[in-house]
Amino acid sequence: MPIILDKVSHVYGQDTNAPIKALNNINLVIPDGQFIGIIGHTGSGKSTLVQHLNGLMKATGGNIYFNGEDIDDNDFDKKKLRSKVGLVFQYPEHQLFETDVFTDVCFGPKNLGLSKTEIELRAYEALKLVGLDDEYFYQSPFDLSGGQKRRVAIAGVLAMKPQVLVLDEPTAGLDPKGRDEILDQISKLKKETGITVILVSHSMDDVARYVERIIVMNRGCVMYDDEPREVFRHYAELEKIGLAAPQVTYIMKDLQAHGYDVSDDVTTIDEAKDEIKRYFASLAAARKGNG
Amino acid sequence: MLRDITLGQYYQADSVIHRLDPRVKLGSTILFIISLFVFDGAAGYLVAAIFLAFVINLSKVPFRFMVKGMKAIVFLLMITVVFNLFLTPGEPLVAIWKLKITREGLRLAVLLAIRLSFLIIGSSIMTLTTTPNQLTDGLEKMLSPLKRIKVPVHEIAMMMSIALRFIPILMEETDKIMKAQLARCADFDSGNIIKKAKGLVPLLVPLFISAFRRANDLAMAMEARCYRGGEHRTKMKPLHYARRDFIAYAVVLCYLVIGVAAGYLEPVLLAMAGITGGVSI
Amino acid sequence: MGIIKVKDLIFEYIRRDEEGNVEGITTAVDNINLDINQGDFVAVLGHNGSGKSTLAKHLNAILYPTEGTVWVDGKDTQKDEYIWEIRQTAGMVFQNPDNQIIGQIVEEDVGFGPENMGVPTKEIWERVDESLKAVGMYEFRKHSPNKLSGGQKQRVSIAGVIAMHPKCIILDEPTAMLDPKGRREVIRAVRALNDVERITVILITHYMEEVIYADKVFVMDQGKITLQGTPREVFSKVERLKELRLDVPQVTLLAHALRQEGFSIPEGVLTKEEFREALDHCVDALF
Repeated sequence: MPIILDKVSHVYGQDTNAPIKALNNINLVIPDGQFIGIIGHTGSGKSTLVQHLNGLMKATGGNIYFNGEDIDDNDFDKKKLRSKVGLVFQYPEHQLFETDVFTDVCFGPKNLGLSKTEIELRAYEALKLVGLDDEYFYQSPFDLSGGQKRRVAIAGVLAMKPQVLVLDEPTAGLDPKGRDEILDQISKLKKETGITVILVSHSMDDVARYVERIIVMNRGCVMYDDEPREVFRHYAELEKIGLAAPQVTYIMKDLQAHGYDVSDDVTTIDEAKDEIKRYFASLAAARKGNG
Repeated sequence: MLRDITLGQYYQADSVIHRLDPRVKLGSTILFIISLFVFDGAAGYLVAAIFLAFVINLSKVPFRFMVKGMKAIVFLLMITVVFNLFLTPGEPLVAIWKLKITREGLRLAVLLAIRLSFLIIGSSIMTLTTTPNQLTDGLEKMLSPLKRIKVPVHEIAMMMSIALRFIPILMEETDKIMKAQLARCADFDSGNIIKKAKGLVPLLVPLFISAFRRANDLAMAMEARCYRGGEHRTKMKPLHYARRDFIAYAVVLCYLVIGVAAGYLEPVLLAMAGITGGVSI
Repeated sequence: MGIIKVKDLIFEYIRRDEEGNVEGITTAVDNINLDINQGDFVAVLGHNGSGKSTLAKHLNAILYPTEGTVWVDGKDTQKDEYIWEIRQTAGMVFQNPDNQIIGQIVEEDVGFGPENMGVPTKEIWERVDESLKAVGMYEFRKHSPNKLSGGQKQRVSIAGVIAMHPKCIILDEPTAMLDPKGRREVIRAVRALNDVERITVILITHYMEEVIYADKVFVMDQGKITLQGTPREVFSKVERLKELRLDVPQVTLLAHALRQEGFSIPEGVLTKEEFREALDHCVDALF
């Protein structure tokens, strides 16, 4: 079920003398099954944007269509939309409130008015999807580690069986280990379920490894919307708005600038390694040819 | 949203009123409130209105900003006014169905509306021009004689100022948690009272947990910065009365005298107005 | 003896279940020895639960050793009479920017520490002004902290500590909750303090790129120090760092990967310039 944003704008404090344009004429198509990264620094409008996708915020201009229906129509079922477009907020573990993990995950499906068996089945599946072991199911969520709590919170949204999963800064505050674990898990569940996943982040390094499409936000506008390597070509412009391409891109640029005939079209260390090997192999071949 | 409530939030500006000693502002506000209940004629309120306008003008806080902050309590104001308007017995003026508006009711309602809105504006001038910290400092100093009878004045003032510091943070947090639960299809609006109260659990539990976590962190941060209660403590902004503070007291005193005098003179003035009015007809 | 000396430090805490019965004992810090010289920039790395924050809280007398001793500027932290001097000598900045700012105006918050110490009013103002200038927040002195960005709030917190004129400042994951821009601001401020004011810095973090400039790096795991040395020495142990699941700068990783492919590149490459020079040598070797 694709989401289409048509000239969406959002202005805070419209009736005051200092209105703030948080979103400015956003046009996006989010087709089924894509793995998307939305990148921008704090205040770029990325969090505001994702809160529009599930109707938590209402656009002050433009239209949003979910599966062809305008979500701002009066007869549109907002609750259903929220279950179909699951939004996981920053520091989602702050929303946990039940006495044990399993009951907390049941909260979402329970609100959908499903049968008890269905609720429990979904909660179980969701907890499995985020890779939490059974031994934690009946513990208090507050006794878990930071990374585990976050998994529980994500499961709490997954249990509603959304078709689009939006995660706002899912790695904020985690250490590198926790960060990699969570991102690997999200990437795995993306593969298993085939749902659309949208990662919102301010870190290019985190996102580049996983997603197939990057949307760069700046001052409430979409600045770039393309495959990662195409986006990283604009590394100088990205730098200007406080974002950065992955460090390998800079290494390759630096080599290029100093006469190395290597492509800067790489985003991962393995690609960089292969590119440098290729270059040295060609050097060696040229030397043999000469000699 | 919750953040939009500006009632009593500090408004940064550089004015005489901002620079006044908080004790002056506290004391004057109390005197002003008392004066509102002492005056009960039009002349008194006219003096109060002029005084308010004078102070607002001096404070450099835009009047619009003040009124915006009042929106939240307009409803409360309306209720009291309506109740007084319809439920005061006396000489009927207008009767609509079973409701009667009486002369006394009208008088009382108008009086109350004026008193309440002046009271709110008056006290919000204080909070708009005084940082909560200055306010608590002022309170601490004013109440310091109570220390002799073992009232922990410093601690109370510190608690107040911390509470004030965290109100906006906790409001934002409430907003965030509410949205997070809404994203899980929580329902905060429908159902009867019991269901609504139950619906608040997913909001309140995380909020309390967060508040405790913050309190814990803050206590540690304060200890790390050598906080050990009020003893040995010096003040960055100690309170000293300056010349302008005495002038301010004098101005407030003048206001009170004029207000009271106007009250006494009102019948005379009215009579004079009546005479001139009579002549012109 | 250095500004901070830690000898055979062990810290244990008792875990209890809901009824308050003892469940077991966790050793958060296990036999740690440190000697930090005045003016050093020291980084402590490790992920959550490695004991690095527990260690930090010992250096400021918030926690006391179960066994062993901690001296701050020659004073034993377990002696009650020194506690305030120690907290003033070794100032501490915490992770969450919202939960450590007490004042409602930037300058009032920075003045909080000196007020507690009983510094005369006139001097408080001098200290506040110079501290705010040192972290580049002077122009925000009249602002409310709620309106600042995360990086700005952390710089205010740092100013609040500097105003106490510490010899040493301990930062417990000051950048964990910030975005990249905020992170850069804070690290820049901290480095300036170390370079210009010669304040000893102990930076606790899990971001590798923040420790490159340190004089010495300690890597903690399960309460113990598992690696230590200069950043270059530590980063040359790529396999060990990967095992600990810590981030290694990409340039170091790339150099390491090429080295494993047979390129003659030294271990512990930290910048892209160093990397290019190493590659230049490889090219020279070919011809």
